[in-house]
Amino acid sequence: MNKYVQVEGVKVVFETKSGDFVAIQDIDLSIQQGEFVSIIGHSGCGKSTLLNLVAGLIEPAEGALFCAGREVSGPGPERAVVFQNHSLLPWLTCFSNVYLAVERVFSKNEDKASLKKRTYDALDLVGLSHAAQKFPHEISGGMKQRVGIARALSMQPKVLLLDEPFGALDALTRANLQDELLRIVAASGTTSIMVTHDVDEAVLLSDRIVMMTNGPGATIGEILHVNLPRPRNRLALVENSEYMHLRGDVLKFLYERHAKKAA
Amino acid sequence: MAVISINRKIKEDVVPSIAGVEKSVINIPVGDKQPDKTSARRKVMFFSKSLLDTFFKKILPPLLGLTLFVVGWAFLAQKSENLPGPDKTWYSAVELFSDPFYDNGPNDKGVGWNILNSLERVGIGFGMAALIGIPLGFMIGRFAFFNGMVSPVISLLRPVSPLAWLPIGLLVFKEAQPAAIWVIFVSSIWPMVINTAVGVARIPQDYMNVARVLNLSEWKIFTRILFPAVMPYMMTGVRLSIGVAWLVIVAAEMLTGGVGIGFWVWDEWNNLNVEHIIIAIFIIGIVGLILEKFLMLIAKRFEY
Repeated sequence: MNKYVQVEGVKVVFETKSGDFVAIQDIDLSIQQGEFVSIIGHSGCGKSTLLNLVAGLIEPAEGALFCAGREVSGPGPERAVVFQNHSLLPWLTCFSNVYLAVERVFSKNEDKASLKKRTYDALDLVGLSHAAQKFPHEISGGMKQRVGIARALSMQPKVLLLDEPFGALDALTRANLQDELLRIVAASGTTSIMVTHDVDEAVLLSDRIVMMTNGPGATIGEILHVNLPRPRNRLALVENSEYMHLRGDVLKFLYERHAKKAA
Repeated sequence: MAVISINRKIKEDVVPSIAGVEKSVINIPVGDKQPDKTSARRKVMFFSKSLLDTFFKKILPPLLGLTLFVVGWAFLAQKSENLPGPDKTWYSAVELFSDPFYDNGPNDKGVGWNILNSLERVGIGFGMAALIGIPLGFMIGRFAFFNGMVSPVISLLRPVSPLAWLPIGLLVFKEAQPAAIWVIFVSSIWPMVINTAVGVARIPQDYMNVARVLNLSEWKIFTRILFPAVMPYMMTGVRLSIGVAWLVIVAAEMLTGGVGIGFWVWDEWNNLNVEHIIIAIFIIGIVGLILEKFLMLIAKRFEY
């Protein structure tokens, strides 16, 4: 098996006032090139922590991480992140937000015209060419998140990391963006890791679903293979017994075996 | 950005009245026998209503406040032997401002010259404070080590009354003019240092994460993230600084002499020209207000 992203025996410890807090431990995970993997679990189970580890935003206390054969030592544009709250810079237009990323990655070898073209192409990919000169506060939440995705993809990352990318959106917008992400990822073949708490989203988009146990000291409980054929269609899947079966498996994991007591 | 925020403001102000007019316009075809009359009546009603509204909410309260202030002043002046009333002060002011830029030697210059001289001192002292204070604030906010180093010194010096620095200034510069500027510099630097540092420290972690994921250079982080994110805080610091500087210049000039609004107040006190002292108080207040409003206008450009 081609191990593109590798997580080996990782443990993360946060220092708190009341002593050390073990967020996640004993995490072993390999992801193939071009695979779409979701991480699902109850809130506070450390799924975002795992994603931030791969992004290089935090460091493991134990274990090691590799991406494309190299050890992860800090963040970098080859592991682009789509943040939950879009994190666009409010003083830059959508174009400039994406351009900032494009410029960082490609300005060494390409001239301005080609950088601009890359930026427009990225915005075009998410259907936002018309909003290029708008500022983030002038567009809707869904559009902001699309710009966030465009910014991440414009860097042509080896791995696309999505941290609950649609968590803050309403159900209809979320469904639209899921369909679009499905299309974009299929077209670009980018290896993707997505953190989510939405069971349907996980089953619809993923090749594998990593289900986390509850924290503290959370670890991988089970990994579910989603063998639904691609391209996938939301409406067709509603009638699909395999889909229903997989969905049931995730729900059972979350609400039977690892149910979280009401906070 | 500025245009947008201003537009938004205008919209808020104008929309209610426009909405009222639209309603009446829509009513024209709906009206039964005398549509024109009804709509016209409505239009007038809506129009005058919105006008009355602004009058009661925006114009009446400050007008009433200022009137009461002047009435109270006139009342006090009647009871007192020395305090001139509004009328006397007004005539004196008309005379004073009929020739604000005369020049009869170093100790007798028009009030215009005095204001401009004070503003020049504030400008130089404040400008130097900004040049040093703002970069200092960025350094403090960005580097924890530097913060730890500088914080105790700032905490020690900040509560010191600005005028306590005047003797040091006179000692070092041996002249009144740079000593006064020095006092302005020392008094106006702290709000800029502290607000800039707070702004840097409060940059949302999300933006810094973006910088880290994109692996931006320190220069790009500064121009694209730090500077724009800190701008509103910095402008608050600048505004406070100008306020302090304008407060302090009057006191400093009273001590140093020369040409300036503070010295002018002291001079008129020695001449026992109380009308002019009251006029000076108004001038100081109005100039301070204008400075404040001007900076607020600039600050608005940097709201996101």
